[in-house]
Amino acid sequence: MKHYSPLTIHKNLFTVLFALILTISSTLAVAEESSFVTASSMLSAKKFKEKEMAIEAVMQTAKTKENSVRVLNLLQSLLAGKLYYKKSDKKIVVVNKVDGDYLITDVISNQNLGVISKRKLKKITVNNKLRRKLRSYISQLSLENDDPAVRLSAIQNMMGAATAEHVKDIRKKLLVEKNSSVKGAMQTLIALIEIDSENKEVRVGALNNLSGSLEPKALNKIISLLEKDDDGNYLEKDKDILYAAIKAKRKIDERRDTYAFFEKIFFGLSLGSVLLLAAIGLAITFGVMGVINMAHGELIMIGAYTTYVVQLLMPNYIEYSLLVAVPAAFIVSGLFGIAIERGVIRFLYGRPLETLLATFGISLILQQLVRSIFSPLNRSVETPMWMSGALEFNPIFSITYNRLTIIIFSLFVFALLMLILKKTSLGLKVRAVSQNRPMARAMGIRSEWVDAMTFGLGSGIAGVAGVALSQLTNVGPNLGQTYIIDSFLVVVFGGVGNLWGTLVAAMSLGVFNKFLEPVAGAVLAKILILIFIILFIQKKPRGLFPQKGRSAEN
Amino acid sequence: MQGSIISQILNEKNSQIFLGILIFIAVVVPVLNLLVPVDSIFHLSTYTVTLMGKYLCFALLAIALDLVWGYAGILSLGHGAFFALGGYAMGMYLMRQIGDRGVYGNAELPDFMVFLNWQELPWFWHGFDQFWFAMIMVALVPGLLAFIFGWLAFRSRVTGVYLSIMTQALTYALLLAFFRNEMGFGGNNGLTDFKDILGFNLQSDNTRITLFLITTFTLAATYIFCKYITMSKFGRVIIAIRDAEDRARFIGYKVESYKLWLFVISAVIAGIAGALYVPQVGIINPGEFSPLNSIELVVWVAVGGRGTLYGAVVGAILVNYGKTYFTGALPEVWLFALGALFVLVTLYLPKGIMGLYEQYKQRYNKEVKV
Repeated sequence: MKHYSPLTIHKNLFTVLFALILTISSTLAVAEESSFVTASSMLSAKKFKEKEMAIEAVMQTAKTKENSVRVLNLLQSLLAGKLYYKKSDKKIVVVNKVDGDYLITDVISNQNLGVISKRKLKKITVNNKLRRKLRSYISQLSLENDDPAVRLSAIQNMMGAATAEHVKDIRKKLLVEKNSSVKGAMQTLIALIEIDSENKEVRVGALNNLSGSLEPKALNKIISLLEKDDDGNYLEKDKDILYAAIKAKRKIDERRDTYAFFEKIFFGLSLGSVLLLAAIGLAITFGVMGVINMAHGELIMIGAYTTYVVQLLMPNYIEYSLLVAVPAAFIVSGLFGIAIERGVIRFLYGRPLETLLATFGISLILQQLVRSIFSPLNRSVETPMWMSGALEFNPIFSITYNRLTIIIFSLFVFALLMLILKKTSLGLKVRAVSQNRPMARAMGIRSEWVDAMTFGLGSGIAGVAGVALSQLTNVGPNLGQTYIIDSFLVVVFGGVGNLWGTLVAAMSLGVFNKFLEPVAGAVLAKILILIFIILFIQKKPRGLFPQKGRSAEN
Repeated sequence: MQGSIISQILNEKNSQIFLGILIFIAVVVPVLNLLVPVDSIFHLSTYTVTLMGKYLCFALLAIALDLVWGYAGILSLGHGAFFALGGYAMGMYLMRQIGDRGVYGNAELPDFMVFLNWQELPWFWHGFDQFWFAMIMVALVPGLLAFIFGWLAFRSRVTGVYLSIMTQALTYALLLAFFRNEMGFGGNNGLTDFKDILGFNLQSDNTRITLFLITTFTLAATYIFCKYITMSKFGRVIIAIRDAEDRARFIGYKVESYKLWLFVISAVIAGIAGALYVPQVGIINPGEFSPLNSIELVVWVAVGGRGTLYGAVVGAILVNYGKTYFTGALPEVWLFALGALFVLVTLYLPKGIMGLYEQYKQRYNKEVKV
């Protein structure tokens, strides 16, 4: 007789148990696998009722992590209308149309099955009811995603679609949620559902939670709550709820106004930085040298076209194209500027009106030149990835990266220019010549060379402005004309010969314009600003910050 | 004294040539158009007559600019605005004459207002169905604008390029304003589809010839009037201001008022030119306000030679003939040519074609004497 020690029994038992567990779990897994397969195959049914049952069955299988990804993928494809079944074996596949070919992938194994003829497939259609259901399921599944951004968008998708049944689930998720913005969105979502609750306390609580929310749906909900009938009485009869709703709305309006204010400031600074870039080169040629250069706008345009050409030359490196375009545009426009100065302007010093006319002629020639070379149509300049997109603070306030980059860039150019004028030998000579030409010459400064260099510098900066503008507007032969009058006004408004004045004038005009626009409309705002500057110049003919001392004479 | 200035003008050789040519045109053009049979090579088509009338309107506008630029040194880059305002005043009268013959057949409202669903005529359109009222407005509106602008600008001593840029901003602001449908001036389509003026059909040859003759006559009269201004005491002070503004002021002249009144007169002439222009070309739209038009006008005067008045006329006609030719035959080249004209004239011909002519005449006289 074999003696079984307790330990052995124990061990055996353990083995058996372990085997049992293994079998059960594997059969479970198999069961789940097979249930996913059967559930998904049910989708090929004709009636929407049956499809709905199939979707519910598929949803049931999404218990494990891997499976939930698979289910999510299937539901999303179904919603996007990319789910088909093969007519031959009723196999469910995801279709990706590539260049007119139907590329199919098996939903179960996620294997690529190659290209198939369209006639062998049948699309699985959905109706609105199913779509709603799909969206809510997709949101539920997305809520388990590791990426907070996915969870956030899932919550936002659920707003308006979720019902009281979801509240419990979301509350559970709220407890484990770590990301604060997802948490906030969840609370808003719960409040949005609970606002329709039967319980008065719950409703008031929900309203208090929604108070100050920036979610557009929250505002709509509260506005609909505050609707009046034809006699002007509120439809809602309960005083407490009305009171809470009015309070919540006031808070929301306040916050919205604040952010709208920030947005206007941002757009204003953005417009101001464009004006600054366009005007700052002019501030040098006009302010420091006293030369009216009507072709300044065309030098900006040349900078923008240089960007276009640079991108044509390096189509695979669009990301870096702007880094190349900035120095390239500076050099190209600078050379054009030097050519204009040497060829025309130097014969006209001391005759500002003639300079104005001659440079206007040059601007016409440059415009036609561009039209002849690049065609009169607008050219599109691509925006690198790192400049596209936006920094989102909340649902109603976001800052686009390209505008932000241009604000920073314009300030950088401004600082660089200040540095050149104040700290370099060229800057010293420029200032000397602009203050007293004969004296500077007597000190051994080659004033002609300084003139050419100064003009080249101002023109080069116009080119750099063109690179920035190419990211905001269309690049066409008329690009320069749009900005020339504005930039002259900025320079005159700020005070000729004063770079700080140009900065202040550009930024304040930009912000002023954006605050006027919603009140008066875009065109009227522009007209009003023109009239304002015309009147301002009458009052202070030398601008905001007039030059003082000897250089202010003449 | 006054009589003597007029006889002085009529005795001046260049004025005699200029007025003589105008009289010649006024006689020959109607004859060639109306009396010579259509198939003769001497026949002048109505199209050509209209084109010549257009040039003469531009010549009138050029005289207006030469008056302020050539004699007072005020380079206005916004004279096109006064021209367009005069044109709009005339256009509004012509619009009201359409009556119920418009596309919508509404006797009360012009077509574009019906299109915009307007119920009644805006207040500033009232009175424009009367010819005399429209004619007053042709002079009053540009004159008033010039007065307000000039009063503000000259009093605060905005001069030189600042003034030029301000005038450019002025016409630019008006351009933007007139493009708006809400302004009530037809938006970017402007005013067009005119039928008749004072009951005469605008399409008929006789009306066209009459308009041409009126333009020619106005040009001659304006020339004598402007010449009179420049030769009078007022004109002498203006020239003094151009050459040394501060000295004129120190002597005791009110520089601001002199400049202001000259500016207003010039604007009124520009308005009249616009009013003559619109019935001949049959349309007025906000494009006339564009800064490019005003600056092109400057080059007409520069090409002809400023400070002579007839130089402005010669420049206007030559440049516009060139424009008609180039935009028809070689449209690509026109802007190159115009741009080069700006550069070359300022660099090499500061006194324009008339300056060249004077130079040649002087040299010729010297040679004769030797």
